[in-house]
Amino acid sequence: MNSTILIMIVGMAVVTYLPRLIPFVMFQGKELPPFVQAVLKNVPYATLGALIVPGIFLINEDIMYGVIGATVAFIVAYFGANVILVVISSIVALSVYSWLVG
Amino acid sequence: MATTIAARKPSSFRNGLQAGVSIAIGYIPIAITFGLLAKSAGLTVSETVLMSLLVFAGAAQYMSLNMIVLGSGVFEIVMTTFILNIRHFLMSASLNEKVEEKSLWKKSLFSFGITDETFSVSATKEGTIQTGYMFGVILIAYSSWVVSSGVGHVIGSSLPSSLQESMAVALYAMFVGLLMPSLKKHRKVVLLAGAAAILNSVFSLVIGIAAGWSIVLATITSAVGIEILYSKWSKEENADE
Repeated sequence: MNSTILIMIVGMAVVTYLPRLIPFVMFQGKELPPFVQAVLKNVPYATLGALIVPGIFLINEDIMYGVIGATVAFIVAYFGANVILVVISSIVALSVYSWLVG
Repeated sequence: MATTIAARKPSSFRNGLQAGVSIAIGYIPIAITFGLLAKSAGLTVSETVLMSLLVFAGAAQYMSLNMIVLGSGVFEIVMTTFILNIRHFLMSASLNEKVEEKSLWKKSLFSFGITDETFSVSATKEGTIQTGYMFGVILIAYSSWVVSSGVGHVIGSSLPSSLQESMAVALYAMFVGLLMPSLKKHRKVVLLAGAAAILNSVFSLVIGIAAGWSIVLATITSAVGIEILYSKWSKEENADE
């Protein structure tokens, strides 16, 4: 195994693990101020918004992939389907689209 | 009594495994492509699998391959990885409020497995999070990631391009599926996700802030901004009463 690559991998592993670990150590057994707690409760929903947009529209050079994928996912999820069904419906819809335009 | 206690632990682990299935599916095409690109960037199969085993962060791993091909130095690659993954700090801080676990070493262990996807699944779960659940979600996601990276390197070709193009949507569709139940229930969630989506688009596409920072800034601005608005509104409502 190439030692430069090995050092790089270990370095990447350390700097990836630290941000994941530090909050658990820093806030262990601590009661945070109510405002901070409320903000941290907001984080998952804000994160999801930022993870979905604009990324979903950039999955393919053809922006229609993102538009169709997002629309199908939204509709199927809106009618209460579970997450796996949402994922599979979007994949199927895009397979059909890719077959039609391809 | 003894049986109920004994039965509780494996069930939260099993719930975690089930909740993680959509992540495992979504990781397959991305990790296979990673394995393939790692091979063309000159990494051996053991280096490729080792990176997935130790780093377990998709975006950073992809970026490192780009930088290797461009001839960047190790320090530069490690720094870029750090910047790209700093967003997990926010995610861990948020999860820390939601997990029941008190033991720091167990939290240290599962914190290794916090990715955008494992975080999204566990953070949108109703109620508190059991440690078994975290391990279940992470185990299935991590296994899929590591195995598929190796597979991609060994088979040396990606999935059929039509299937790959369609499967690129998988993780995004999962995010939509995770967000929707709360989106329908709470107007606050609509505002939080909407504001972060708009901000992230402006930061990354218009202003051109690097992807890692853009998500962090959009998330913080939205989470803090909406909280300030809501605390003002609730004060006004109290004053009206």
